[in-house]
Amino acid sequence: MVALTDNDRAMLRGDHGPAARLAMSIIARMATVVRAPSLMSITAAHIDSTIYVGEAGLEFAERLAGLDARVAVPTTLNVSGVDEHHWQDWAVPSDWASKAQRQMAAYRSMGCHPTWTCAPYQTAWRPDFGQQVAWGESNAIAFANSVLGARTERYPDLLDICCAITGRVPAHGLHLTENRAGHLLVRLREIPQALQRDDSFYPVLGHLLGGLAQDRIPVVEGLDATPTEDQLKALCAAAATSGAVALVHLVGITPEAPTSSDAFQGKSPTDSVEVDLGDLRRARQELTSSDTDRLDMVVLGSPHFSLAEFRQLAPLLRGGHTHPGVRFLVTTSRLMAEMARASELLEPLEVFGGTITVDTCILASPMLSSNVKLLMTNSAKYAYYSPGLLGTSVTFGSLDDCVRSAVAGRVVRDESLWS
Amino acid sequence: MRGTPLVPGAASGEALVSTEPLSFWGGYDPNSGEIIDRRHPLSGLSAAHKILALPLTRGSSTTTAILLEAIRRNTAPAAIVTPAVDGFIALASIVADELYGTPIPVVALGERDFAQLASGDVVVVDGDTVSVRSKGDS
Repeated sequence: MVALTDNDRAMLRGDHGPAARLAMSIIARMATVVRAPSLMSITAAHIDSTIYVGEAGLEFAERLAGLDARVAVPTTLNVSGVDEHHWQDWAVPSDWASKAQRQMAAYRSMGCHPTWTCAPYQTAWRPDFGQQVAWGESNAIAFANSVLGARTERYPDLLDICCAITGRVPAHGLHLTENRAGHLLVRLREIPQALQRDDSFYPVLGHLLGGLAQDRIPVVEGLDATPTEDQLKALCAAAATSGAVALVHLVGITPEAPTSSDAFQGKSPTDSVEVDLGDLRRARQELTSSDTDRLDMVVLGSPHFSLAEFRQLAPLLRGGHTHPGVRFLVTTSRLMAEMARASELLEPLEVFGGTITVDTCILASPMLSSNVKLLMTNSAKYAYYSPGLLGTSVTFGSLDDCVRSAVAGRVVRDESLWS
Repeated sequence: MRGTPLVPGAASGEALVSTEPLSFWGGYDPNSGEIIDRRHPLSGLSAAHKILALPLTRGSSTTTAILLEAIRRNTAPAAIVTPAVDGFIALASIVADELYGTPIPVVALGERDFAQLASGDVVVVDGDTVSVRSKGDS
């Protein structure tokens, strides 16, 4: 049985209102499922339940909102099902848009910050090292745990908002130090330095790690580079897509892994594996489903494009223009779009013939028309999900490959780093 | 076989056994119950009204919302059996209970028992018990 505090029990009785009662009932039942001995407090939350996927999620949100739910901790919101103010520029059916907007309104009414981004670590609500939080969104969970050293379990949709309303979570999993030790040792063998500095290395390594680790915590040894935050973001997103990875330790890089021994908390790995260039090459190939060099659209920004990525993209676009047959799209947050605009980084994109979408992405919103069949992306997450969710074929490439392909009107990839 | 009923209940049907984890988001179509992850071994098969045996969920946090939607539309598996505790699956069923009063049974079996299940078996789930009534052709 779960040991509840007086305050937990008060919530369960309805003393804090019917929304807190419903939320606490779900949390208490989940605590039993995961065999948590008690609940613990969190100080922030990120809600993935904002993504409109059908009536049930909307009914849940509106039930809570109708019961006057209010979040108890600072809470950010993940992507929604529409770009709130620009959805009519796309193929989004109006019925879908109105339901997605109702879902947005429901979460906004609970006192959450309308960040509408899958990269909440790119906002002012980025958690600190050691901070206990309840985050949804697989890439954000992996980033918060791995890169920031904040502590969150993998919170699924519907539970995340219950945690935010009550400020309480089952005391288990990655909230507890002893569960953050590595399991699987992954040794990189003779991976060329030039490849390790390349952006496309990180999503590919992440994709490979997710498949190897599944739900275990991988510890990567042998990285001989200083990855940027966006490279780590790409790695985490990829690993959390191909596997249930919520925490990855990169020895010498991530905060809980100054040494391999720290990453394993002095214990021995339960399993180990070596990764060489051939493994990475195969992982890279898995991210491409297309068997043609034809191309309808280049899409960047899963997780949402950062200011640094806009800064990296702008010079690549100068002097070029996307081919008349190829659309060029960057998905990002309102905040990043405003900052990029203020830094004059959106103008080069517009001159190139590209567009941005905010609040959502191509996976969360039915924005692409059915004649978009052939995608190219530098995102492992877009590459992984688009064949199943959108029915498109996809080619994975580096940022540079993506821009050059958009200009050429067909897939062009530089294979030199991978050969 | 005895397991832990994460969400207790009773159901019976044909087993659909996965050797690989699945993200319901991008992997399960709540309109039809079809498995749509084109990298998944069960791609193209329907899990609606089956006893779905699934190693665990992977990836997306949206898995629970998709499974809840499938339960609401009556395209969900009749029950889900896992070899370990999977909170995502249990949660969807618990919320279906709180919201609609229609949970689906979720049982965690041990690894060894889980490995006994094969697609095509007729399986009965009742509380903590999972029994194979008849073996399938495969």
